[in-house]
Amino acid sequence: MARYLLKRILLMIPILFGITIISFGVMKIAPGDPISLYTDLNPNMNAETINRMKAHYGLDQPVYVQYWKWLRNMLVLDFGTSFAPDSRPVIDKILERIPITLLINLLSLILEVVVAIPIGIMSAVKQNSLLDKGTTLFVFIGFAIPTFWLALLLMMLLGIQLDWLPISGLHSLNYGDMSFFERILDTARHLILPVFVSAFGGLAGLSRYMRSNMLEVVRQDYVTTARAKGLDERTVIFKHALRNALLPVITILGLSVPGLIGGSVIFETIYAIPGMGQLFYQSVMMRDYPTIMGILVIGAVLTLFGNLLADLMYSVADPRIRVAD
Amino acid sequence: MAILQGDFTRRLAQNKMAMGGLVVVATLFVVAFLANQLSPYSPDLINTSQVLAPPSSAHLMGTDVLGRDVLSRIIHGSRVSLSVGFVAVGISTLIGMLLGALAGYYGGIVERVVMRFVDIMLCFPSFFLILAVIAFIGPSIWNIMVVIGVTSWMGVTRLVRAEFLSLRERDFVQAAISQGAGDLRIIFIHILPNAMAPVLVAATLGVAAAVLVESSLSFLGIGVQPPDPSWGNMLTEGKDNIEIAWWLSLFPGLAILVTVLGYNLLGEGIRDSLDPRLRR
Repeated sequence: MARYLLKRILLMIPILFGITIISFGVMKIAPGDPISLYTDLNPNMNAETINRMKAHYGLDQPVYVQYWKWLRNMLVLDFGTSFAPDSRPVIDKILERIPITLLINLLSLILEVVVAIPIGIMSAVKQNSLLDKGTTLFVFIGFAIPTFWLALLLMMLLGIQLDWLPISGLHSLNYGDMSFFERILDTARHLILPVFVSAFGGLAGLSRYMRSNMLEVVRQDYVTTARAKGLDERTVIFKHALRNALLPVITILGLSVPGLIGGSVIFETIYAIPGMGQLFYQSVMMRDYPTIMGILVIGAVLTLFGNLLADLMYSVADPRIRVAD
Repeated sequence: MAILQGDFTRRLAQNKMAMGGLVVVATLFVVAFLANQLSPYSPDLINTSQVLAPPSSAHLMGTDVLGRDVLSRIIHGSRVSLSVGFVAVGISTLIGMLLGALAGYYGGIVERVVMRFVDIMLCFPSFFLILAVIAFIGPSIWNIMVVIGVTSWMGVTRLVRAEFLSLRERDFVQAAISQGAGDLRIIFIHILPNAMAPVLVAATLGVAAAVLVESSLSFLGIGVQPPDPSWGNMLTEGKDNIEIAWWLSLFPGLAILVTVLGYNLLGEGIRDSLDPRLRR
């Protein structure tokens, strides 16, 4: 087990390098260089000043030297200073936003698992029934619906027409006056719409996947054996079939992490949640390049760790993986 | 192509949901091609006396903040969505087929490098990557097409590689090799045409995904820029007027939903029709 873990971590290192190389490449795609904001069309600039600026920022050095410097800074989590008016270190801005995004993503995953798995099981067990057809329809619509449109519709319906749920921010205006429990309740109410919107697409996919897995497992010989032994259907499904059908689901959950992180841009912007996605969107709109790069790299690394976690859980659940290596 | 033989077309025709998808896809093509003939008004016609008018017999889907007819703008928006979808998928499929073929055919270090590259690219939340690149190179419809294409080739690569791994050992390939056919010839003339089935599925589903991404980008303001009509940027207007003009938030979103649903159903239908295990 420890050996497996070590192997996986070692495999991660070239991937981490690759992530940094691609991120650096994205940065270099921009036409012009970072100082062109100051140098273009500026009558006070002459060639000597431009050269001095370039030397100051290290832009006159070969690309791989620039990359190496950037990488070294990144390893100590120094992503530079933000271009935004507040000029704060990028890493501070990101770190204060990660918890919220992670919280919403975690809640989304939990919601997906709790809802999709029973739906998948029931559709498989009652194949082609009304329930199955109904959930299939729901799943297809879930795949096709644009997240931001769903967010808008829910906002319109639940927030404005019916006024059931708050539609922006994390806290109400009188948060400061609330007691501890009221605060938890208030935050929870604000999180309902974002978490639901975030989970919706993944939920559809997961339930469908669960259904096809269960259908496959239920055809296996050992399930027929269990039934032949006289076990009641409930035990057959929940004790024998389910365990084996659940295994690939763990991998799927791991693979849906980048989708969740990326999707946070949309609903965080619409619902004004102060998370990583909203920061990313704001940075893109004002061309705050250091912050953009920082979030890009951190987002990729988080995804990588999410996949590692999923692999670990999978190896814990499925002994065949551990033995095979 | 080989896949059109056999019972594929018959099975596809029997799949009702896939046929529904095909109808939607075909209708969208017609609408996009005949946009100018089908629109009751010009999509850019500003009419300040009819600002934010609800749906009526004159304007079936209402008007927007500048009095432009929403229905006409939706019809013209289909051109944007479809062109982005097809160009982006074209690019990603091309890249994916090339890399997948190389990885699957040559194996060894080529395969390892390519698949490692795939793993690295899959670590990036694609939306982040797309947003970051657009931030650096500026929003325009051409940039969006290229960026979406360049960030969605990974799935196709895996599929093509898997097909190559199995097809490589087949007799007809061995026969071609023994006749002295060169590598390129074998890859492009013998193996690749037979590997197209999953690629077709992936391409169809890819168009749906690309339409979703383009509309999300346009919604956020970094896609198709106003005044060009895109379903996404029409929804931005809808959001800003959400309390007084529900039609501006409903119809463009519905258009996206129907388009994506159509392509998804068609893609899933093709996949089911090609799956040998589902044969009755």
